[in-house]
Amino acid sequence: MADQETAAPGGHDHDHHPTGWRRWLFSTNHKDIGTMYIVLSMVGALVGGAMSFMIRLELMDPGIQFNLFGAGEEAAYFQFYNVLVTGHAFIMVFFVVMPAMMGGFGNWFVPLMIGAPDMAFPRMNNISFWLLASALVLLLVAAFTQGGPGTGWTVYPPLSSAEFHPGPAVDLGILSLHLAGASSVLGAINMITTIFNMRAPGMTIHRMPLFCWSILVTAFLLLMAMPVLAGGLTMLLTDRNFGTAFFEPSGGGDPVLWQHIFWFFGHPEVYIIILPGFGIVSQVVSTFSRKPIFGYLGMAYAMVFIGFVGFAVWAHHMYTTGLDADTRAYFVSASLVIAVPTGVKIFSWLATMWGGSISFRVPMMFACGFIFLFVMGGVTGVALANAGMDIAFHDTYFVVAHFHYVMAIAGVFAMFAGFYYWIGKMCGRQYPRVLARIHFWSFFIGVNVLFFPQHFSGMAGMPRRIPDYPDNYAGWNYVSSIGAFITTASTLLFFFIVWRTLSAGEKVPANPWGEGAKTLEWTVESPAPFHTFEELPDMTDKQAAE
Amino acid sequence: MGIFQLLMEKPWLPVEGEGEEPAEQRASSMESPHVGLRVFLAVATVLFTLFLVVYVERMTFPDWRPLSEPWVLWLNTLVLIISSAGFHWASVNAERGDLEGIKTGLLTAGVASFAFLAGQLWAWQLLVDLGYYDMANPAVGFFYLLTGVHGVHLLGGLVAWFRTSAKVKAEADMAQLRMSVGLCAVYWHFLLVVWLVLFGLLLLT
Ligand code: HEM
Ligand SMILES: [Cu+2]
Repeated sequence: MADQETAAPGGHDHDHHPTGWRRWLFSTNHKDIGTMYIVLSMVGALVGGAMSFMIRLELMDPGIQFNLFGAGEEAAYFQFYNVLVTGHAFIMVFFVVMPAMMGGFGNWFVPLMIGAPDMAFPRMNNISFWLLASALVLLLVAAFTQGGPGTGWTVYPPLSSAEFHPGPAVDLGILSLHLAGASSVLGAINMITTIFNMRAPGMTIHRMPLFCWSILVTAFLLLMAMPVLAGGLTMLLTDRNFGTAFFEPSGGGDPVLWQHIFWFFGHPEVYIIILPGFGIVSQVVSTFSRKPIFGYLGMAYAMVFIGFVGFAVWAHHMYTTGLDADTRAYFVSASLVIAVPTGVKIFSWLATMWGGSISFRVPMMFACGFIFLFVMGGVTGVALANAGMDIAFHDTYFVVAHFHYVMAIAGVFAMFAGFYYWIGKMCGRQYPRVLARIHFWSFFIGVNVLFFPQHFSGMAGMPRRIPDYPDNYAGWNYVSSIGAFITTASTLLFFFIVWRTLSAGEKVPANPWGEGAKTLEWTVESPAPFHTFEELPDMTDKQAAE
Repeated sequence: MGIFQLLMEKPWLPVEGEGEEPAEQRASSMESPHVGLRVFLAVATVLFTLFLVVYVERMTFPDWRPLSEPWVLWLNTLVLIISSAGFHWASVNAERGDLEGIKTGLLTAGVASFAFLAGQLWAWQLLVDLGYYDMANPAVGFFYLLTGVHGVHLLGGLVAWFRTSAKVKAEADMAQLRMSVGLCAVYWHFLLVVWLVLFGLLLLT
């Protein structure tokens, strides 16, 4: 960091950039790095998606379907199932959604939107990416090491302790998360510095597009949350390897302490996933309603408020640990309070659309899908925030349905919205429209068939993280797995669309979306040239851009 | 402009005083590397705060068995102060553009830092000699954890120290040296403060 080169404006010849593998391995260009993040995210989506598909195949019918280890080896197979669940969650969270949002769209469009020539620390940007790529490799290695980590993404001890997970798999998993966390922290430092120091003249913080706001708030959440995860993981690592007893009950340690640490990270983590989605959806809704976002400042500060309160609600994941009544009452109220700024956001999006001349292009369809899913998950979330309800539903499929709606699938919809919105800017070619519409509808129907029935199996009491279940849960699980087939087919269609776009998409002008698209990235040609804004655009006389 | 000022900005109000220069463009008057470092320090602060909170919480349990800190820690504290002072000296001289002064400062700081790390290892050894090797005693576990994590941060800092020294050796541009030395100084002062807090807490218990 100390020896960051400060690029002289203009000056030397920038046009000969490295080519071939060097261009990517040593890249310091925010657009190239953004592209690499998006590719990483797609690779992650294939792996993590395949894992979830295997889970759904197993759960399609009661009984054990695919015991790869042979009769009598049920224990090994159950462990394998849990490794799938764990791997699916970590990959989707750390290697699909986060890299696409922060690393991919963040790297690509924050500098473009604020009129900066690049990120503040280009070389550190490169390091962040390769740290994340190594983390993914390490996680996959962990999955194939001696039984793999079957701890669930929450890594609760004593299940994750040396006693119940002997062997190096969990340690490798912890190291992988350490690397991923370091990558995120470096990325966050980069984003914050870029947004603070590199805005073009006149691009005041209150004129910044909401996507940049969302990335800024997310970066601050990463700063606060990631070190807490890292600290907890380090303590877990020493418990496992050096005989300390921070969480180890037999040595006087406290496993509930781990839960506090984990969820102090874990709850903000879901906002880290969804906030950039808020940002993307705001840009898209404004563009396709041809109106500035209703209540721009309210939208920005609602995100700031969500960020703050997000750190004060973690124990709503711990109602069954025997919190005392006052503590519980506090966490219930705090969790309900978050619904307020969230409601502000939903209201603003709807108000923006209201009376706007809406065109339902594919990005807008995904943005509306996002709003629908997020509201669905929000409703069950408000229900679960009440300790009484949660004690009944804790660890059932009701929770699985809730969080897939509110963060996982909503996050994926925001990613797709961003993808279709910006792909023309990124590669200079437009997506095939009809196929993209089919993609939207099949994905929308698929995920709802997949996750809606899980509310019912959850209410009937079906626990999560089990490969086998009694016959009375049979019906809805079958439906859910049908949904998984549709979703998987739709995802494959998406990859086909990516290929079609890159190979045969029609050429895109600088601004394909018309007058609704007001942010700076639409002022540069498509695809955005390797170097942009070497002469800073002057925004002094412009209105706030949404 | 500080962050609060920044957030209090009201660009939608008509600008007062026609013909004035537009408001300061940058959010902060600091150069980027300094902003980046400050943000990193915030991350490290969160990490150490977590450990401290957990430590204090754990102490309230009835089975807490405190340990007596080895005396070398006092010596180490002194050594760490010296290394921080060395960096201060180096950065003062960097402002002045005095290369010799920078060298003296960096050398002092580097030697003292290595001495500190050696001293910490020695403290670990003394602890074992005193019979505190039962890691399962949380007081012992925390002692190693806190000193270890602090040591790792210092070790990371030494990489920056090394690169800065290499630049001094190569007689790099003074503006660059000023930046590097300044960043190191800030980092070392931070680690000193962290250590004082940790050490104070260890002593109190
Ligand atoms: C698109 C297709 C997806 C499918 C079919 C799917 C399916 C599943 C299923 C069936 C489970 C529960 C397994 C069990 O408890 O036995 C699960 C767990 C989970 N999923 Fe997904 N999921 C999908 C996408 C995502 C995405 C995009 C994310 C995150 C951004 C995500 C995050 C999680 C998490 C955190 C868990 C909890 C794991 C645990 O219990 O430790 N999922 N998923
Ligand atoms: Cu939560």
